[in-house]
This record gives sequence, C-alpha cells and structure tokens, in this order.
Amino acid sequence: MSILTHILGWPLIAAIALAFIPRGNRPLIRAVALLATAASAVLAGIMFVKFGAAAMNEDGYRFVQQAAWAPSLGISYHVGVDGINVALVLMGAIVAFAAACVSWEIKEREKEFYILLMVMTGGILGAFASLDLFFFYFFHELALVPTFLMIALWGRGEQRTYATFQITLYLSIGALIALIGLVALYLQAGAGTFDIPALTRHLAENRLSEGSQAFIFPMLLFGFGILVSLWPFHSWAPLGYGSAPSATAMLHAGVLKKFGLYGLIRVAVPMMPDGARDWAWVIAALCLGNLVYCGWVAMRQKDFNWLIGYSSVAHMGFAFLGIATLGLVGITGAVLVMVAHGFLAAVAFGLNGYVYHHTGTLQLDQLGGLWRKLPFIGTAMLMAAFAGCGLPGFANFAGEMTVLFGAWNTFKTITVFACWGALIIGAVYMLRAVRSILHGPLSEKWKDLPDAPGYWRKLPYALLLGCLILFGCFPRLLTDKITPSVAAALQAASLIPAEPVPQNAPMRIPQRERVTNLHPGNSAGSDRLASAINKP
Amino acid sequence: MNLQLITLELLVGALGLLVLLADLFLPARNKAPLGYAAAAGLLVVLAWSFAGFGAGADYAFGGMYVLDPLALFFKRFFLVAAFLVLLISIEFSDRLSAGHGEYYSITLFALLGMLFAASANHFALLFVSLELITVSFYVLVGFQRTRLLSLEAGVKYLIIGALSTGFTVFGIALVFGTTGSMEFPAVMKAAGSLVENRMLQIGTLFVLVGLGFKIAAVPVQIWAPDVYQGAPTPTTAWLAIGSKAAGFVLLLRVLFSAMPDLTVHWANLLIWISAATILYGNLCAIPQRNIKRLLGYSSIAHAGYLLMGISALSAEGQSAVLYYLSGYLFTVLAAFAVICVVLRHVDGDDVSAFAGLSQRSPLLAAGMAFSMVSLAGIPPLAGFTGKFLLIKAVLAEGEANTGYYCLAFTAIAGVVMSIYYYFGVVRAIYTSENTADTGAIGISIPTRGLLLLCMVGILLIGVYPQPLLEAAQAAVAGLAR
Repeated sequence: MSILTHILGWPLIAAIALAFIPRGNRPLIRAVALLATAASAVLAGIMFVKFGAAAMNEDGYRFVQQAAWAPSLGISYHVGVDGINVALVLMGAIVAFAAACVSWEIKEREKEFYILLMVMTGGILGAFASLDLFFFYFFHELALVPTFLMIALWGRGEQRTYATFQITLYLSIGALIALIGLVALYLQAGAGTFDIPALTRHLAENRLSEGSQAFIFPMLLFGFGILVSLWPFHSWAPLGYGSAPSATAMLHAGVLKKFGLYGLIRVAVPMMPDGARDWAWVIAALCLGNLVYCGWVAMRQKDFNWLIGYSSVAHMGFAFLGIATLGLVGITGAVLVMVAHGFLAAVAFGLNGYVYHHTGTLQLDQLGGLWRKLPFIGTAMLMAAFAGCGLPGFANFAGEMTVLFGAWNTFKTITVFACWGALIIGAVYMLRAVRSILHGPLSEKWKDLPDAPGYWRKLPYALLLGCLILFGCFPRLLTDKITPSVAAALQAASLIPAEPVPQNAPMRIPQRERVTNLHPGNSAGSDRLASAINKP
Repeated sequence: MNLQLITLELLVGALGLLVLLADLFLPARNKAPLGYAAAAGLLVVLAWSFAGFGAGADYAFGGMYVLDPLALFFKRFFLVAAFLVLLISIEFSDRLSAGHGEYYSITLFALLGMLFAASANHFALLFVSLELITVSFYVLVGFQRTRLLSLEAGVKYLIIGALSTGFTVFGIALVFGTTGSMEFPAVMKAAGSLVENRMLQIGTLFVLVGLGFKIAAVPVQIWAPDVYQGAPTPTTAWLAIGSKAAGFVLLLRVLFSAMPDLTVHWANLLIWISAATILYGNLCAIPQRNIKRLLGYSSIAHAGYLLMGISALSAEGQSAVLYYLSGYLFTVLAAFAVICVVLRHVDGDDVSAFAGLSQRSPLLAAGMAFSMVSLAGIPPLAGFTGKFLLIKAVLAEGEANTGYYCLAFTAIAGVVMSIYYYFGVVRAIYTSENTADTGAIGISIPTRGLLLLCMVGILLIGVYPQPLLEAAQAAVAGLAR
C-alpha cells in the first residue's frame, strides 16, 4: 500500500472512529483528530524527503498505487505524486494539522466538528493525490461539503446564513461546470478511462480536435476558475472566509482552493494545449482583476478578516498569471505560489481567528496596540504580513518572482501591472493592517488579552511560518522537484519545444541526471535537453 | 402456460390474502405482529427470487408475461422497497384509527401490481398491472378517513389517476388499431414502418401520459405535491419509490421493446420533457416549507433526472436509470422513515419541526442528513454516483444532438437549486436556536435497523458501484436501442 493511501486514509479512518466516541469525551475527540492529522503530516514529510530516492514509473509518478474500482467505467483508485503535487500534499497535511490544533476555540458540538474536519482533510489530500479524474473530483467534493456545513453550523458573524448559501451555491456551480468539462473530456478522448496518466498519454498521441478543445477548455477554466476565485467570480471568497470558523478558512483558503489551479495544471493545460493557447490571454487579462482590482478593494477594507479574504483572492492572480504563460518557468512559479500561499493563508486565518476569539471583533479601527499584549501572536502576524507583501526570505517571494520572470516574455504589459499589484498594493494594505492592529494606542478594552499560552498553542503558527521561511530560503527543495515534472508535462503536450532555454529563470535548472531520468527510453532526446538546459 | 415463472407473484398474492385473513383472528389492540409477519414473508420471497430463476428470457401466458433479467432486477427492487415500507407502516400504525391489517395487505397488493408491471410484455398486462397499482393507491392515500388532508389527497389522486387511466386505455386502443397487436414484439415489428403515422403517434403519446402520471413527469405532475403532503407517510414513501419505479420499468418496456423506432424519432420530445420536469420540480421546491410537500416537488425533479437516462436512448442511459433508482430507494425511504418518527413528536410537518433534531436523536438526524445530501447529489453518497452516470450517459450522446448538452446543463442548474433547499433541511436539523422542545426521541429497534440499513445502502451504492452497475448493465442488455 502506498504511503499516500496512509496519508489520506488516516483522517478518514479518524472520522469514522470519532463517530463512535461519546460526545462528552472532549480530550479523546481532540486527541484522535490531532493524532490522525499529525500522522498524515509526518508521513507526508517522510514522503517529501524520500521523494528523490523513490522509484518512478514510466509516467513520472512515484509512490503509486492503483486498484480497480469500477472497471466497466474505466475508473480506478489511483494515487501517486510527481513534482507538482508532492509539495501540495505536504502543504495540505501540515495545514490540516495546524487547523486541528487551532480548533480548540470550538466549544459546542465538537464531535460533529471534528468529524467534518477529518472528512475535509481526507478529501483534500485525496484530491491532490488522485491520478484518476473521477476520484480527483470525488475527493474534492468530499472536502467541499464539510466546508459548507462548518460555515453553516460553527460560522461567525451576522451574515453567516447568507454566506453559507452564497458559498455553497457559487462553488457548487463551479464544481459542476468543471464536472461536465471533465466528463466531456473523458468522452471526447475516447480512451474509455478516467486515469490521468493514461489519458495524458492517449491525448498526446491523438490530439483532441480544435473544436472539442475550444468548448471543453473554457468549461474547465471557468469551472475551476470559480473554485479558485478567479476575478470576476471571486465575490464568494471574502464573505465566506469572514464567516467561516478559522480551521475551515485555513483549510479552504490554504489548500482546497488550490484544487482548481492544480486541475488546470494537471488536466486542462496538458490535455488540451490548443485550447490553453487560445485562452491564455483571457487568463492573463482576468488575473489582473485579481491582482490589481482585488488588491485595491483589499486596501479599502475596514475589517481584518475581509482584508485577508481579499488579499487571498489577490494572490491567486499570481498563480493564474503563471499558468497563462504556458511556459516552464511560469508554471513552476505558479506551483511555488500555490504552496507558499497555502501556508500563508493558513497562518493568516489562524491568527485572525485567535484575535477574533479573544476580542470578538476584527474591525481595524477598534483594534490597536495589540503587540504589547500579544508578543508572540503579534510577531507571527507581522511575519505573515511581510510574507504577504512578498518579502525575500519567505516562500511567497520565490514564487511571485518566478512567475513574474516567467511572464515577462509572454505578457509584458500585464507583468508590469502585476508588479504594481504585487509590490505596491500588497504592501500598502498589509502594512496598514499591521499599523492599525499592532501599533498605536492600546484600547482599555483589550487590557487583559492573553497571548498564546504554552507551546501547544504556539505550535501551529510557528510550524506554518517555519515552512514559509524554509521554502523561502531554500526554494530549490521545491523547484528541483517541480521543474522536471512541469517540463515533462509541457513537452508531452508540445507546449514547449523539446529544448527549452529559459533565459530568465532565477533558479538553477535541474541537474543532468534528474532530467535524464524522465525519459529512460529516450536518452538521446533527454541528453540534448539536459545539455541545452545546463548551457551557461 | 408456465406457472413456475410467476411464483413470486403467487407468493406475494397469497401473502396479501393471508394477512387479510389473519387480521380477523388477531386482537384489535395489537396488529404489529401482522406487519412483521408480512415483512418477514417478503424477505422469504426475496430470497426465493435469488434461488430458482435462469438468466435468459422466459415467457408465459402466450408471450404476455416475460421473465428476463430486467424483470428480475425490478422484482427484487420492489420486494426490498416493500419490505422497508412495511417497516415504516408498522412504525406509523398507531396513528391509523383502524384497519391495520387492510393497510398491510393493500400495500402487498400494490406490490403485486408492481411485480406484474416489471414483467409486462403486452399492453393488456401493462394496463392491468397499472390499474392494480393505482387502485391500491387510491385506498392507501385516503386511508386516514378522519383527516381532511388525507381525504383531499385521496380525491385528487383518484380524479387525476382516473383521467390518466382514460388516456392510457384510449392510447392502447389507438396503438392496437394501427398495429393490429398488443404484444410488444409484434407491435415493434408493425410500428417500424408506421413512425410517421398520426394515429400511432397519438396513441403512444396517450400511453406516455398514463405512465408520466405514475412517475410524476411534466405535464402530468400536478398531483404529486398535494398527494405527497396529504397521504399517510408510509403511503407517500411507497408512492415515491414503488409507484415511480413501476412507471419507469413500464416506460423502458414501452419505449424500447414496443416502440423503439418511434422513440428514436421522439428523442427531442424526451429531452424537453426531462428538462421541463427537472426545472419545474426544483424551482417549485425552493419556497416550500412543508417537508412532505418539498419531497413531493423533489420527487418530480428526480423523475426529470431519471428521464435523462431514458432520453439518452443508450444502454448506458438505461443502466444509469436502474442504478439511480436503486440509490433513490434507500435515500427516499430513509427520509420518510425519519419523517414518520419525527412527526409523532412534533406538531405540523414544517421544516422547522426538524430544528434541533441532532440533539433529540443523533441517529434520526444522521439518517435525514444522509438522505438530503444524497438527494442533492454530493459524494460519497448514492445520489452523486447515480447523477454522474446519468450525466455521463447524456453527454455521450451530445455529439449527435446538441440538445443533450443543453439537457446536461439544465440538470446542473437543477442540482444547484436543489442544494439550496436540501441544505436548508440539513441546517434546520443541526441548529437548535428556536427549538421549543428538545426532549430525546426514542426509536424502536426495527426502525433503528431500517435507518442503519438505508444509510449503509446509500453509502455503499455511492462508494462501491461495481456490483450494482454490473447488475444494471446485465438487466438492460435485452432492451432495444
């Protein structure tokens, strides 16, 4: 059994186990949830470390497991990771553990809450680990529904009923459009299988007709786009996150939302390169809506939660821009942004959940001077804000820079505006929030605010920030894994020539032997590729 | 004549009569053993259905009656449904002032009609079985004679049912007039060259009106919400699953065994009916506050989803219909079982009556939540896999006819609307802000078992489709397309 099955299985088993624990036994309920997510996170870490040494199959996937499920439909349970999703699974597992840690603030109906949290975690990890289109979608929906229920039942704020219905309907529409697109893709491919590697291979040889690509690609683009809050389909996000309990917002904004981006990178672009080429400029244009417009809106927010919500929408613009380049550097950057933003969104929503729990408000004009009372939380918040501005040293910087470098060749004007969105607008709203929350006079009301007591309460924030710094200082940990996989996918789809010479890549291009491994059967071509890449 | 083929029908008929007889000898106070005995009898019949039948098609009564895999699939389906409905009826029986034995035996007679319907290979048998079902339901719907709503529902069902029967008979006469036969294979042979014949078209259309009434499809869906609301809860459950499935098996037989050429000719008509039914059911369900009425409208919407599979005119679509119905069986019966228990403890059958149910009884709450989430078509439950198969079947035909793409998008729109009202119910169950009464609700052991069985069924059909899918594919293998 693959380690991936353990990673996504433990939370689901915990969900079932929790159903049989008496509801009064609060410590046991929390312990089960924490243990299951911790097991997932540790296993995901082990998988990440062992990634390079693990055996790779001919499609470039490692830790693969495949089991027949519905052979007559061509559906199988198939999990595996390559460079693109290995970091996403790791990020998802760590965020899930942090989300379970911060859930101490939930005081009523805990049993149901933790069951939903575990189902959501299992679904998220399953969605990113799946190599079968059916399970890919299945696990995503499995994670999405608990999101809705958690907002409905443990949400906060007066508008939570409205928020629940808005996010439910909005995301359901997106998911269902994507479902139609995926089923249409399966039918048009005519390979009779939902298996992603098999479909990719089949479609690389038998390209879909331009006509089919022209209607399936936009369905996936907008279906997934709604799920990732692509402008102008973003309006569910700030209100939804503002009304969600912190654990839910962390998991959704941090991890689950990336499903749409991952779907574009894994399914839509490699399988329908012509459609992707036709629609690339649309993605690039819309991403400005995220980066500039939503950034602007974030500047005007009076509520910290809404500000974070809008900023998380804005950050998605980088990922879209990276994907729109359809190039090696851009898409590598997009994956980096996805991982970095996952940690960032999680720590941001976790921190504001802490503040909200103790103050009951997140209105910027009511808070102030909190750093004096909350040295740890305040420092963490400041670091998160810096990461959000794209300060070097945090993973976000690496991702955003890579995207901007990658995009320069393809979309010059848009890149200029994107730089503004990233560097100026982002800095303005983040620093403004820091000023009004952490600095200034301390209101009488907040005299007795407690800082996170003990290591347990500090752990989730420290863990997430640690990951941000780790991958910020050593982005090669990620890019060494991501780049070969992205290159293989793009080459299979003939989106990049077999000998790409990325001029502006900020990172070192993968070493010779790693690239050679990609095509063991075709060493002549890959040698040429490797020598071309490593040209000074 | 081969009496062995109709063993299941004979057994169920005998069981119905036995229940009626035994009713005379039981004390008036306690009729529950009678219900349990009937349910146990059905289990025996169900077991029998797995014992002595071959995989081929056998005919009886001069080709009037056919026992093929499709018939057998539906017979087992009806037996399982009737078994669960009887358990719900026992739970409900204390609210019937009299006639418990009659209630059980008439439920069994309706089942007898359904068993015959599954095997209909002749318009006469179609009509007789349809009438046996409908007349039994006239009685079952109006069974609570002292309750005004029940009587009103009975009258409505009677009037619209009689009207649709009239249509069916007239249609059968016209079909017989043009093709010279009532036997499906013979009709198929004759009708092949008569596709453009007006009289045959009108005749078939009239038969479809009659069947549309059973499944509550537009434009003969009007009765469903009123009758669902007014009828005693077990009757509503039996209507929602038994009567609807009987309509679908007859529809499959008529469209694909008797009139395959005309069906192909009418693909667009089927698409329109399906889309209109989906939209009508879902749009009207949105403002509903009465839970049974809401499920009435939702059952119209589900008839629309099921019609998608029929309108796809493919083996894939037909097997998807069977698959979806099987998931729907457990889903709907779980919902009505919960409603049946809860309504004893609260006044009125408003959605708000379910507020705080999660505190009063976690099992009931979980059963209702499972059912609603599955009806909304969300993984990992049965409704999702079923809808997935239906949509896949429809999209597969999209290349030939763009109407299918439009139908798929209509279905998606319907699903999104349905999420709104189903989640309204789930929300009510798990919030307890304005609950008057928070006392625990006790559940009898059989009902507990019934709920657990339904939940396991919903989950299993959702996550492990292979066995049921194979059974469904084998069942529709004999149908023309």
